Amino acid sequence: MDSGDDAQLDAAFLALADPVRRRIIARLSRGPATVNELAEPFAITKQAVSKHIQVLEQAQLVTRTRDAQRRPVHLNPARLEALTAWIDQYRLVREAQFRSLDAVLETRAARGGTQAKDAS
Amino acid sequence: MSNALTLTVPEGLPFIDFEREFDFPVSEVFRAHKDPELVAQWLGPRRMAMDIDHYDFRTGGSYSYLHTGPDGTPHAFNGVFHTVRENDFAVQTFEYGGYPDVVSIEFMTFEDLGGGRSRLRAHAVYPSMEARDGMAQSGMEGGLSEAYERLEEILSSAKV
Repeated sequence: MDSGDDAQLDAAFLALADPVRRRIIARLSRGPATVNELAEPFAITKQAVSKHIQVLEQAQLVTRTRDAQRRPVHLNPARLEALTAWIDQYRLVREAQFRSLDAVLETRAARGGTQAKDAS
Repeated sequence: MSNALTLTVPEGLPFIDFEREFDFPVSEVFRAHKDPELVAQWLGPRRMAMDIDHYDFRTGGSYSYLHTGPDGTPHAFNGVFHTVRENDFAVQTFEYGGYPDVVSIEFMTFEDLGGGRSRLRAHAVYPSMEARDGMAQSGMEGGLSEAYERLEEILSSAKV
């Protein structure tokens, strides 16, 4: 692991050191949400929640997109995965392998080289 | 549908168990384990080149392949397929060239779940706890228990 990775890990773990930010991540794991939606369960100002989101954004744990007037916040699963990968390398290696396996099976099914998965 | 991987690394026993479902028929999952061309597409870790020397997924067969990381360091793996039963079961050995003679045995069960779905279960047995832990924790560093707790918190609340 080089120092660039280390710096990124530091930023991510620092961002996750706060309970509000952890709850925001947990909420986003169920789908994107706007700042208003994210602020709802908290007894703090929307501005404070925005600041927390900025910290998560700088740590690359979340991203924001423009969608007309909405600016939903999205979880960046790759970043979170990199964190858990660091903690739990063996499991994540397997999981990554199986996702690749899913992709291989998907490709084969799409090519019609198989009875498709909903053939039953 | 998310097919979560269940992985168990029991305390005090040199085993690793895992279980994973697929939205594909058991015949396809088995084939992806049997056909070297398909194996090369998923078994190698991302960011690593996978070169298969030979891969003969049948009873009495053997395999040998090489992972090469971005830094050019080759990692060799080899083993034998002790038993292979189509769409059902396989027993293979697994040895990493970096730790010669530390051989694990992997029992794999391919299960038809119906509706075009299937489940893969594997039980790996290691010659010692050190060998198992070396495998399960490779790359782990000290001082991460706190970080681990935080992550667990996130992941468990994310499941709700």
